[in-house]
Amino acid sequence: MTRLQARSLSVDLGRRRALSAIDLTLESGRFTVIVGPNGAGKTTLLRSLAGLLAPAEGTVTLDGAPVARLRAADRARAIAYLPQSGTVAWPLPVRAVVALGRLPHGEEPDALPAAGREAVAQAMAAADLAGFEDRPATELSGGERARVLLARALATKAPVLLADEPVAALDPRHELVVLEVLRAQARAGAMVVAIMHNLTLAARFADEIVLLDRGRLEAHAPPEEVLTEARLAASFGISAHVSREEGGLVVVAESPLPQG
Amino acid sequence: MLPSRPSLIAGLALLLAVLSLASLAVGPAPIPAVTAAKALVSDQGAAGIVVREIRLPRTLLSLLVGWIFGITGAALQGLLRNPLADTAVFGAPQAAALGAVLVLYFGLVGALSWALPVAAIAGALVSIALVVAVAGRNATVVVLVLAGLAVGSLAGAGTSLAISLSPNPFAVTEIVFWLLGSFEDRSSVHVLMAAPFILIASVLVLAAAPGLRALALGEETARSLGVDVRRLRVLIVAGAAIGTGASVAVAGSIGFVGLVAPHLVRPFVGYDPARTLVPAGLAGAALLLAADCAVRLIPSSAEIKIGVLTAILGVPFFLWVIARRKAELAETPA
Repeated sequence: MTRLQARSLSVDLGRRRALSAIDLTLESGRFTVIVGPNGAGKTTLLRSLAGLLAPAEGTVTLDGAPVARLRAADRARAIAYLPQSGTVAWPLPVRAVVALGRLPHGEEPDALPAAGREAVAQAMAAADLAGFEDRPATELSGGERARVLLARALATKAPVLLADEPVAALDPRHELVVLEVLRAQARAGAMVVAIMHNLTLAARFADEIVLLDRGRLEAHAPPEEVLTEARLAASFGISAHVSREEGGLVVVAESPLPQG
Repeated sequence: MLPSRPSLIAGLALLLAVLSLASLAVGPAPIPAVTAAKALVSDQGAAGIVVREIRLPRTLLSLLVGWIFGITGAALQGLLRNPLADTAVFGAPQAAALGAVLVLYFGLVGALSWALPVAAIAGALVSIALVVAVAGRNATVVVLVLAGLAVGSLAGAGTSLAISLSPNPFAVTEIVFWLLGSFEDRSSVHVLMAAPFILIASVLVLAAAPGLRALALGEETARSLGVDVRRLRVLIVAGAAIGTGASVAVAGSIGFVGLVAPHLVRPFVGYDPARTLVPAGLAGAALLLAADCAVRLIPSSAEIKIGVLTAILGVPFFLWVIARRKAELAETPA
């Protein structure tokens, strides 16, 4: 059982306070989706949880240990982090990019042991990348590259997976493929946290939703409790219609509300 | 099918052996290659003296300087995730030359003093620090190149000022010729002066190599994979400054080897930035050694400066890379 916990976490970006007094407890086996309007602090929260951003106040702990003080290799084995809109600088073959996920285990991409090769193969299969092994990563479409980078994060086999907009560049089919992979990771015992903008998909796949607004935690609960018409109006500034269909909520944004 | 990395390295090593022998044999007084090889280990009369005293230091310096240019070029390209990065982007060679010119021609030390490479290294470090400070850590390529251009121009102006203020016309000629870059008339003292610094620079840069692979996916991902990106940056920048400073101090300003060498070997190592370094160093040594043989063979009254030759060959290559990759270069943050 893994527990990732933020306690009165405040983070500054430059002189701006990006997150204020966040208290959040995340547990393994759950798929949590972070939603919120642009500039709400979603990415800042994810980076802080990953130990990549030092808090101004408060702490982030992994099973009681502050992530900021973990050894870099230990942290990298425990927490896989997938940044938003990642790029690949060199025309590395897809297989080599995915194999980078084994670095935290001290496995060199060109000399993977059996366990590493197995992890890479599983990750590629999960991200629907059969046949892509030798393609240069720079020659893929945005959505294909996003799946390659997701496979890289999966290959680490970390108990915690933090993904910043993993489905932003994907077509509808691959959106579902990736969300199913993330949910399956959670069902298999991992803690999965993803940032998303599509509220209907978030509601359908997430076990719990974290709603951020202007650096504050507005709600952390199952989708039907968080994604209410009143909350969407208050946080997103939209009038929305939320209905309950077979398979989950459907959130239809209807019109922007006047600001102020 | 491209040859694998071990056969690439073996091939480059063989090429270096052949070029080294050629470098010992070629010159105003041609010496048969067999005699040249024998002269290294036995007495061969006048030919032996030419080989050991004149051509051997020159050959060793070309190897050392070409090697460090190759690995620092590859490391900087990996660090900045940009195929056009080189020490010249930071104005480092000009700044190193200014550092050396200042101590040399204001009579602080003699031309064979240890202070010369130290001053050149200091100049290179200042220029890189200045460019990074001005351009910022997440600078785009355009900002980086402009900042490097400005710093390089400033250093060049400083050197010109030193030349104009120099009271001695012979000293002026000497500075100008030295700035063009050459391995002519270098002795074993120059080799001993540069070698320790180039060794230190190689250790620093090669220590950073494994982290470059993860950096291909960006700084954030590299950090999440447990790579200490700050340490990587310090190692490579320090290594590049020390290597450039030591090279400029003994050979003057020689450009474009560090830019070209990594490109030649990258396809053979699957574009893996970590595995590019050593082959790029060997390719750099081979390029510089070949160029140094070429300047001795090109008929002219005085020997053509190797820095001029590498620029004449290197600049069109630079332009070709820009033309081929301009679409992606417009967007890439450094």
